[in-house]
Amino acid sequence: MLNALDKLMLEKVADLHEIPQGAFNIRKNGAGVQRNTTANIDIITKTDKSGIDVIIKPYTKGESVHIPVIVTEENINDVVYNTFEVGEYSDVVIVAGCGIHNSGHHKSQHDGIHTFFVRKGAKLKYVEKHYGQGEGKGQRVLNPKTIIDVEEGATVELELIQIKGIDQTKRDTEIRLMDNAKLVVTERLLTYQDQEAESNITVELLGVDSSAQIISRSVAQNDSKQVFYFDLIGRNKGRGHIQCDAIIMHNAQVLSTPRISAHHSEAQLVHEAAIGRIESEQLIKLMSLGFSEQEAEDTILNGFLK
Amino acid sequence: MLELQKVSLEIQGDKGFEILKNINLKFYEKKIYVVTGPNGGGKSSLAKIIMGVYNPTSGQILLNEQDITSMSITERARMGIGYAFQSPPRFKGIKVRELLKMAASHNPEKVNICDLLYDVGLCAQDYLNRDVDASLSGGEMKRIEIATVLARNLKIAVFDEPEAGIDLWSFQKLAETFRNIHMKYDTTIILISHQERIMELADEIIIMSSGMVSAQSERDIILAGIMNNDSCACGTKCVKGVGQSAECVG
Repeated sequence: MLNALDKLMLEKVADLHEIPQGAFNIRKNGAGVQRNTTANIDIITKTDKSGIDVIIKPYTKGESVHIPVIVTEENINDVVYNTFEVGEYSDVVIVAGCGIHNSGHHKSQHDGIHTFFVRKGAKLKYVEKHYGQGEGKGQRVLNPKTIIDVEEGATVELELIQIKGIDQTKRDTEIRLMDNAKLVVTERLLTYQDQEAESNITVELLGVDSSAQIISRSVAQNDSKQVFYFDLIGRNKGRGHIQCDAIIMHNAQVLSTPRISAHHSEAQLVHEAAIGRIESEQLIKLMSLGFSEQEAEDTILNGFLK
Repeated sequence: MLELQKVSLEIQGDKGFEILKNINLKFYEKKIYVVTGPNGGGKSSLAKIIMGVYNPTSGQILLNEQDITSMSITERARMGIGYAFQSPPRFKGIKVRELLKMAASHNPEKVNICDLLYDVGLCAQDYLNRDVDASLSGGEMKRIEIATVLARNLKIAVFDEPEAGIDLWSFQKLAETFRNIHMKYDTTIILISHQERIMELADEIIIMSSGMVSAQSERDIILAGIMNNDSCACGTKCVKGVGQSAECVG
C-alpha cells in the first residue's frame, strides 16, 4: 500500500523506517490509509469533519502514537482536524509531521488543526516535523495550528521542526497552562530560496506556579523571509522565558517580536531575541581545525538547528 | 621549521597603522618558544599571521621551506598548524564531545577525548555532553580551546595566552601538559604569555614590543633580564613615584 516514495517521506517526517510499533494513523493525499490502535490508545475517525480523535487512557505509560501525513500529488488542499485526549498521569510521545512531494506545477497544501487536552499529571512529548521535496514549480504549503490545554501538574514538551522544502508556512500555536503545569517549546526553522515562514506562539500562564520556556532557533538564507511573534502572558504566579535566535544570511529577512505581558505581580517573564550573521571567529576556529569555509558554515548551522 | 622572513602587517584605515614591523623569526622543531612583551606589542597579531587569520602586508612565511604566505587558514591547518584563541568563540548546539571529535578528525592517531579533557583539568563526565555555549565560564572555554589544539597532530601549535582565566590548580596541570607534548611529539610550541611559570617552560623567549622583536634568547638570559628590570612599561622617560598624577613624559 505504501510505495518507496511514501516510505521516504515517512522517514523524513517521522523517522520511520517501517510501519511503527504501537498506535498509528497514516494519512496520504487527504485520506487515511493505515491505522493501528492498542489496548490503551484508540484512534477514531471524526464524523462531523475530516480528522481523527486520538484517545489515550489515563495512566498509559511509555507508549507512542505516530500520525504522519504524506502528500505526494499536486493540487491537493487537505484540511484535517485532529483532537488528542491525553489521559491523567499518562506518559506518551506523539509524533506528527507532514511531508509533501510535489512534482507538479500546482500548489499542494496541508493544514493540520490539532487540539490537545493534556490531563492532570500527564506527560506529553509532541514532535512535529515538516519536510518538502519535488522538482515541480507547484508550491508546498503547510499551515499547522496547534492548541494545547495543559491541566494541573502536567508537562508538555513540543518540538516543532521545519528543515527543508516548505515554500510557505504559517504556524499558529496556542497553549494554556494551569497550576504547576510545565511547558518547553523547541522550534527549529530553516528557510531558503524565496520561502516564507511565519510562526506565532502564544502561551498563557493561567495557573499558580506554571512555567514555560520557548527556545526558537532559525536560519534564513537566500531571499527567504521569516516572521516570528511570541507572546508570553503571565496571569498568575509563574515563570516564563522566551529565547529566540536567528542566523541571517544572504538577502534574507527576519522579523522577530517577542512579547511578554504580566497581569500578576508574581509573574516572572523574560525574553531574549537575537538576529545576526555567523560570527567570523566561529568560522576561523573550525577552519583552523582543517575544515573548509563551507564545511565550517554547514557545521555551525547544523549545530545551531539541532 | 617555521620561518618568518621580513614579515610586516599594516592595518588599513584613515591612518595606515603598522602592527608588525619587519619580523624575522625561526621556530625550530621540538622547541618551546614563549613570546612575551607589553600589551599591544603585536604578539597576538604574530599568532594570527602564523595561522593565516591575517595576511602579511609584506614578507614571507615558510613551513619546512615551503612558502605558505598565501595559503588559507584551512590549508595551513591541514599542513599541521594549530592555534588556540585568546578568546575562544562559543557554538550554540555543539557539544564539547562533538567539538573535540571535530578537532581530532584529521589526526591519524586514535585520540581519547576524555584524556584530552583530563589534560586541561576538566572532568570528562561533567563536560562531554555540555554545549560549547554561554553556559560555560571563560576559564572552562579556555581549557576546552586548548584541548582542541591538543587533539591534533601538529607541527606548529600556537597558544595565545593559554593561562588567562585558568585557576592555580589547573595552571600546574596545564604546564605539565605542555611539557608532556614537548616530550612526546616533535611539535614546535609557541606560547604567548606573560606568566613567569609559562616562561619557565621555554627553550627560548622572544620579547615583542611596538610590533618588533626587541629581544630573543635562551630562557634564562631573558628571564634574568626581565627580573632585574623594575622600571615601568613606558618606552620613554618616566616620572615615577612623584604622586598620583605622575604621567609618562617625552
